[in-house]
Amino acid sequence: MATRGIVGAAAYLPHRRLDRTTMAAVSGGGGSRGTRTVAGYDEDTTTMGVEAARAALRPLGDVRPQALWFSTVAPAYADKTNATALHAALRLPASAGAFDANGSVRSAIGALRAALAADGPQVVVSADLRTGLPGGPDEAIFGDGAAALVIADSDTAPVLAEVIGWGCATEEFLDRWRTPGEDCSRTWEERFGETRYLPLGVAAWEAALADAEQAAEQIDHIIITGTSSRANAALAKKLAVGDRRIDDLGATVGNTGAAHPALLLTAALEVATPGQVIALIVLADGADVMLVRTADALAAWVPSRPLADQVSAGGAIAYGTYLRWRGLLPVEPPRRPEPARPSASAAARSADWKFGFVGSSREGGPVHLPPQPGDDGVVPMADASGTIVTFTVDRLAYSPSPPVVFAVVDFDGGGRLPVELTDVDIDQVRIGGRVEPTFRKLFTADGVHNYFWKARMT
Amino acid sequence: MGSHGIKDRVAIVGMGCTRFAEHWDKGLDDLLLEATGDAFSDAGVHKDDVDAYWLGTAQGGMSGMLLSKPLQLEGKPVSRVENMCATGSDALRQAAYAVASGAYDLAMAVGVEKVKDSGYQGLNAFPVPNDGTGRTLTAAAMFSMVLPAYAARYGVDAQELKAVLARIASKNHYNGARNPRAQFRREMSVEQILAMPDVAGGLSVFDCAGVADGAAAAIVCRAEDAHRYTDTPLYVKALSFVAGNGSGLTDPAYDYTTFPEIVACARDAYAQAGITNPRTELAMAEVHDCFTPTELVLMEDLGFCERGTAWQEIQAGAFDLAGDLPVNPDGGLKSFGHPVGASGLRMMFEAWLQLRNQAPADRQIATTTDRHLALTHNLGGYPGEMVSFVSILGTELDG
Repeated sequence: MATRGIVGAAAYLPHRRLDRTTMAAVSGGGGSRGTRTVAGYDEDTTTMGVEAARAALRPLGDVRPQALWFSTVAPAYADKTNATALHAALRLPASAGAFDANGSVRSAIGALRAALAADGPQVVVSADLRTGLPGGPDEAIFGDGAAALVIADSDTAPVLAEVIGWGCATEEFLDRWRTPGEDCSRTWEERFGETRYLPLGVAAWEAALADAEQAAEQIDHIIITGTSSRANAALAKKLAVGDRRIDDLGATVGNTGAAHPALLLTAALEVATPGQVIALIVLADGADVMLVRTADALAAWVPSRPLADQVSAGGAIAYGTYLRWRGLLPVEPPRRPEPARPSASAAARSADWKFGFVGSSREGGPVHLPPQPGDDGVVPMADASGTIVTFTVDRLAYSPSPPVVFAVVDFDGGGRLPVELTDVDIDQVRIGGRVEPTFRKLFTADGVHNYFWKARMT
Repeated sequence: MGSHGIKDRVAIVGMGCTRFAEHWDKGLDDLLLEATGDAFSDAGVHKDDVDAYWLGTAQGGMSGMLLSKPLQLEGKPVSRVENMCATGSDALRQAAYAVASGAYDLAMAVGVEKVKDSGYQGLNAFPVPNDGTGRTLTAAAMFSMVLPAYAARYGVDAQELKAVLARIASKNHYNGARNPRAQFRREMSVEQILAMPDVAGGLSVFDCAGVADGAAAAIVCRAEDAHRYTDTPLYVKALSFVAGNGSGLTDPAYDYTTFPEIVACARDAYAQAGITNPRTELAMAEVHDCFTPTELVLMEDLGFCERGTAWQEIQAGAFDLAGDLPVNPDGGLKSFGHPVGASGLRMMFEAWLQLRNQAPADRQIATTTDRHLALTHNLGGYPGEMVSFVSILGTELDG
């Protein structure tokens, strides 16, 4: 009989790292030690979700998800579904659903549970862009990132980890909240949240152990994450998790909100060995506990972008630039006309190019980027690597964060595209440098996010 | 099938050209009235004598009524022409073909652009609704990609090449300083230009053409009628146009050291005019120096020198005002700025002055004593995707 479980997992951390010790000198307070991740000015939860989902699906070859779930507390759009942009970028078939489960940190674990309960392959994506006001604790403890889990039956793909138990405890109380439209959340006195979360966490933990018929000592890796750092720490102490606790990446990444449960589960899968039990405990407006047992297939699993590698990579960003990118420091706009919003109908006609980065060819001839009218061949390019032929730095062009670094790129296997580079320091760019496509937001005009691809150095 | 041209069948018999400047106090209508009025006077005709009009403007507005309203034309055909930065040249090309066909006796081409009302520096294209995936790079940055490519292909040191580009800018400013119609009339030394900071790739603002408002106009008729209007007409020897297909942007073989559209366009123009050695047969050339690396590459693409030698020829002064083949004796786009619709006709206006020995003494070229042909050239677009125009004009009818 087929089992159902996690067949793929990946996290995405944006390139930039903010040194928390630099904050207080500017904002007069806050900060602390270590770093947090910072999404690029051209990234939002949708683009980061695309990058995580691409990485999770890449090792799975032919597995075609029947549904995509997307969770974030910082959606790019309201009313309009954000998951459809991910669906388009991943080139999923129209018959595959795409649904947002948005607005709260807890929505992510709910989407995961729904996908596990459903039929057929499902991809569960969560992404967050976490902001706090300058000088406060949130801007330091938060981080930006995304994670994706692929759920399927074992007859579709080798199951890496099978769910063996759930525990749940829900309660309405006010600990952390934000009214729609606000950038930053507010919190009640921390001690109140701690005292509510602790019994909820214990109750869900015991329920999950009972459901899985496991003793607490049999759990090999324990993830504790949630909206209250104090409650997370208190529960870890109460459950005596000790060194079984998976590093919550607080010192390097920060808390990535809705993305954090799947991000840490990915981290756990990268260190676990077959036959181990991992507990995922999420404290967010209640407590949810999922227990998974790793399978033999985990030994052969090769993550396409290991989280551990991403944690140790990245480049620095100045606090002032971070504030500018977040809109917390209004600056003089470029003295150039702002770009016009993209046309909905034109974008719809070229969706495969704009979102999927698909070129064209005719009878096996040269690859055309963008696709050329009359061509009959479809050439997906999102996973192609390329080489910089020549490049320039444009200090005159409009950009949300000038200057524009731009390169002519020849892709391996054919195709040339003059394309903007991102996540790049100018002194790193050189002719012959290697790049890969990455899904980004070029700009926002009239409330329309203009998504397209750029290239980043590899 | 073939491109046969209309050599010696059409003549320019009158021209006008405004000063190119930041005309804060003049609108499109004022510029049109000034340029056309000067052309009418020059040819000794009235607006009613002209049978058909072609108005070139890239972004000045829509339709021929942009001209018929300020000139208060009565029942005249006016076509509005747009072909990027070759707009003004293409207006003349169409007016010339119209009189060559016999459809009209007298036609006018006028080009105009009112750039300085946008509130922004530089040229800014009007937005056409699109899917948002187009390149947003400036033209300066696109042309800056010529530098590293040219340096690598011909083994020129990067700093040496910068000095060559500064030499081009300095030469054009030297010429423009001697032209009362130019926007910028100050000489700039190579050292001054080299001291400027880069704004796009290796280009500083002094590697870029200025931005100005302006208008220019020409009146054309069949060659046999030319002497009714002037004793010194300019005959059209060749009009050539190529619209590229953009393949340079997608073709891995394209190396940014040449503009194939220009090469094809020049070849056609030389064939039409019967020119075999442009370097020795032309008295002058007005070329599209939108950026200094553009002029560098054009010297080779237009056949003025061998591939890979333009940088040395420029340093040797071959294209100076007193050089072997004066290029941009009026100061070029560098000194004039670039009112898009007007620039092509402004170039022809310089040929009109120089070939007929009517340029001011301090700018009059000496090559006209034994040569009688001038070349004008426009391009619109970017390396890899551009339109190109070449005209050859001359003072004498062959045979």
